[in-house]
Amino acid sequence: MAHGILTMRRPVYLLDAASVGGHEEAAGPLGAYLDRHDAKNDDFGQDTWEAAESEMNRLAAEVLLTRAGLDAAEIGALFAGDLLNQCTGSGYGLLPFDVPYFGLYGACSTAAEGLLLAALFVDHFGGRAMSAASSHFCSAERQFRFPMEYGGQRTPTSQWTVTGAAAFLLGGDRAEAARHGRAVRIAEALPGITIDQGITDANNMGAAMAPAAADTILRYLRESGREPQSFDMIVTGDLGAEGASILCELCRAGGAELAGVHRDCGLLIYDRAATDKHAGGSGCGCSALVLAGYLLAQLRAGTLGDILLVGTGALLSPMVVQQGRSIPGIAHLVRITTKEATA
Amino acid sequence: MTYLWAFLVGGALCLLAQLLIDRTALTPARILVAYVVLGVLLGALGLYQPLVELAGCGATTPLVGFGFRIAEGVRKAIAEKGALGVLTGPLTAAAGGTTAALMSGLLAAVFFHAKPKN
Repeated sequence: MAHGILTMRRPVYLLDAASVGGHEEAAGPLGAYLDRHDAKNDDFGQDTWEAAESEMNRLAAEVLLTRAGLDAAEIGALFAGDLLNQCTGSGYGLLPFDVPYFGLYGACSTAAEGLLLAALFVDHFGGRAMSAASSHFCSAERQFRFPMEYGGQRTPTSQWTVTGAAAFLLGGDRAEAARHGRAVRIAEALPGITIDQGITDANNMGAAMAPAAADTILRYLRESGREPQSFDMIVTGDLGAEGASILCELCRAGGAELAGVHRDCGLLIYDRAATDKHAGGSGCGCSALVLAGYLLAQLRAGTLGDILLVGTGALLSPMVVQQGRSIPGIAHLVRITTKEATA
Repeated sequence: MTYLWAFLVGGALCLLAQLLIDRTALTPARILVAYVVLGVLLGALGLYQPLVELAGCGATTPLVGFGFRIAEGVRKAIAEKGALGVLTGPLTAAAGGTTAALMSGLLAAVFFHAKPKN
């Protein structure tokens, strides 16, 4: 049991999700799935980028609760995080909702981490729980690189932080889950273990995260006894082109062939050739938007039936990296399925 | 002919910096500082003066030229005031460039608002 797969003891459904994105995300191949977007400046009517990110969180939660016809008092707990110091994107953005709040820092794995914890909460206490994750290109540039005002050039290998926030609603009621199509369930979860392989280049986060993703995926396959090809998709958060190929190599060496079944949210969210997004998208918002929009829609429609979402995070601190330390990676796995529990 | 040399020398310095951004993990801030220090070294060794005579603004406008000016300022201040010039020379010589940078930064911050990159 130690370090093992966490199987839900009762059905925990992903009842609904809402997503808000920037103009680049809206123009991308998955833009039609967004519930709201800023068509122009990505400032969402706010004075600062940090406030814009908070506003995206607020909008996502508002859309989600309004569509579900729920009041904040009907949500047992909220697990949310982002990339900013003290997680202000979530903390301030979700302030208007009177829900018990857990702030998370899992870097870009936050969407999966929040989903995992919210699922465990519902599994244990019943009722409903929410999770949310966000990132904003402009606030992330200030946090990790340089403020927009500095106008610095980006290295071609660096990934592009997704501007977006998504909120997820979980609960145990099947009828509520089947309202928008097939009932989508969080069946299992496998929390990630932090792995540091000595990567020190902050522009090469895919390489820092790939070993953690491989570790989590291989541990899951070994314990469940399943083959990668038995899933409709194994989708990682934001490894990017280079990180994805490292992941496939590491899994191959570990006896698992991911070819054909592996996708990466960072490579799905933008048309990379047309928009000069180099290594692909990253950030908490990346896997959050892809799951809340595209993946959930495919699961509800039945195009996808059984997937593994592997949220990948590079636990990067600009200060500690400047002091010469390397970047640890982490990957949390959530199995999302429309198959009924066989028990 | 001076225009051509200015273009070639200034362009080569910019090309080198662009290659450092694209091909190495160096941050822009480090490249800028390295350029200033390089200018100080070349200026101190007397190697940059010939380049300035050849290329004019092509050599003085890039940041290496700023470093060169600092080195020249120290040389001049020492000649005028002795050892104290080591401390007063650099900023005196660099006052024009520094103030221009501060003023343009202030004006940009007052009159413009940052936008996301496309």
